[in-house]
Amino acid sequence: MKPLGKWFFGILAWVIAIIIFFPIFWMMITAFKTEQGAYSPDLFFIPTLESFQSVFARSNYIHFVLNSIYISFSSTICCFVLAIPAAYKMSFFPTVKTQLTLLWVLSTKMMPAVGVLVPIYLLFRDAKLLNSIPGLILIYTLMNLPIALWMVYTYFCEVPAAILEAARIDGADVWRELWYLLRPMTMPGLSSTGLLLVILSWNEAFWSLNLTSADAAPLTSFIASYSSPEGLFCAKLSAASLLAVAPILVLGWVTQKQLVRGLTFGAVK
Amino acid sequence: MSVETSVHVVESLTSPHSIGQPSRLKSLLMVPSVGVLFLWMIVPLAMTIYFSVIRFNLLNPNVSGFAGIENYQFLWESGSFFPAIINTITLIGLVLIITVVLGVLLAVLYNREFFGKNVAILLVIAPFFVMPTVSALIWKNMIMHPVYGLIAFVLGKLGFPAVDWFGDYPLLSVIIIVSWEWLPFAFLILFTSLKSLDHEQREASAIDGAGSIAQFFYIVIPHLKRVIGVVVMIETIFLLSVFAEIYTTTSGGPGTATTNLAYLVYSFGLQQFDVGIASAGGILAIVLANIVSFFLVRMLAQNLKESR
Repeated sequence: MKPLGKWFFGILAWVIAIIIFFPIFWMMITAFKTEQGAYSPDLFFIPTLESFQSVFARSNYIHFVLNSIYISFSSTICCFVLAIPAAYKMSFFPTVKTQLTLLWVLSTKMMPAVGVLVPIYLLFRDAKLLNSIPGLILIYTLMNLPIALWMVYTYFCEVPAAILEAARIDGADVWRELWYLLRPMTMPGLSSTGLLLVILSWNEAFWSLNLTSADAAPLTSFIASYSSPEGLFCAKLSAASLLAVAPILVLGWVTQKQLVRGLTFGAVK
Repeated sequence: MSVETSVHVVESLTSPHSIGQPSRLKSLLMVPSVGVLFLWMIVPLAMTIYFSVIRFNLLNPNVSGFAGIENYQFLWESGSFFPAIINTITLIGLVLIITVVLGVLLAVLYNREFFGKNVAILLVIAPFFVMPTVSALIWKNMIMHPVYGLIAFVLGKLGFPAVDWFGDYPLLSVIIIVSWEWLPFAFLILFTSLKSLDHEQREASAIDGAGSIAQFFYIVIPHLKRVIGVVVMIETIFLLSVFAEIYTTTSGGPGTATTNLAYLVYSFGLQQFDVGIASAGGILAIVLANIVSFFLVRMLAQNLKESR
């Protein structure tokens, strides 16, 4: 009975995993089919790069990839520039107000995007930020800053205060402390924070759809242009999607543990 | 640990000024973050409130002046408001039930050891990293399509007629897609939390004769209760703004069948350019979110106190 149960649950777990992953798998293999072949559900076929070629021919695909890379990495760097000093202050020099500040920071994340869509749209229109890359970088920085602050704060809190105090007695100033002590000690935590922020910006689709069109559009809103009703292009859609999803899927798998910490604001580690 | 603490004590006795004394200079470090977040929170909010009580249409500059509650009244009486509220609540409610129930069951299942467990976990969490526009289009055109879709193919092999998902069950289709995206989130968090469950407690209960089902209800569920609360509240905040999935698959239709609050605000504000009415809708979304976040922040505050 015992080993039988073990086998049963193992097989059940795998069957569920395969069902959940299947749409992604299906997208992956359809990307290598011809456009005609995409309409027949064959698992075995002669793979072709035709769809990838026509994705590149049909639109300036690299342009949108670069937009996505540029926007997500820039906003992540901006988040760090803002969050690290504040987290440093809050974790090593806490006052009575620190906890309150942290909770307030968190509460800014509770604002639903749709609640402020209209004013942001108008402000962006007046500031000529509509359909611009700096505009999206700004929004993504503000959107992710609470998560960045909380994560960096929890990583800084794990550094024993005694080490910093020892350095200070030896005459290190704030910047040396940050650079020679905190940076190497918290590097693993900070890099996974960075990866999480890149993932969140890369996949963001509310603001990118509403605030950008062709020029500054990242991949999320470029892919949406495949929803045009005139004719289906399953193979091309799959090829374009696969290229957009694959790098972030790999990053996501690498950072899964930090993801939990970041998305629950440290409530679950 | 005790060594560190004692060092801390000794040093704070010998050099009181270097420790725990925040200078004004150090407080300045917080100014940029807190400042931009303050602006981000207060400026758009104030503008939304203001716009919601004035007459403001981008296409018609002659419409102006104080409107009082007219915008809210118009929204209330417009045919799409109640469907939008019902759709928003149905979508959030069903997605929460699906993701939390399946998430708990999956987490319990994956808490066992089995062959290739780590790889299987990667497959389960993968949908969370797929951008919403891609998920929506893949599901619509390749999985749920009534002619070429995978589901239609499987049903056909089994001798059943194909289902026109987006034609006949548009809201359900959106709910399925959104649940598929958020199940990994619920699973990952519940699974992580379950790993910290004390094994001795389970063993003790097993010795006392508790079966798997009794263990599930008397040990696993109470352990996960708080984390389930966190998952529910975080998902609710994000699900209030579900937009890309609707935008790319149904554009809110047919009729108002898949129009939620987010899509309603978009269609009033950015399609009909009626800023006033769209802002009134935005305020409603903010009020709903605040009710939820009130409880979430209280819970996280509790957590912060315990961990420090």
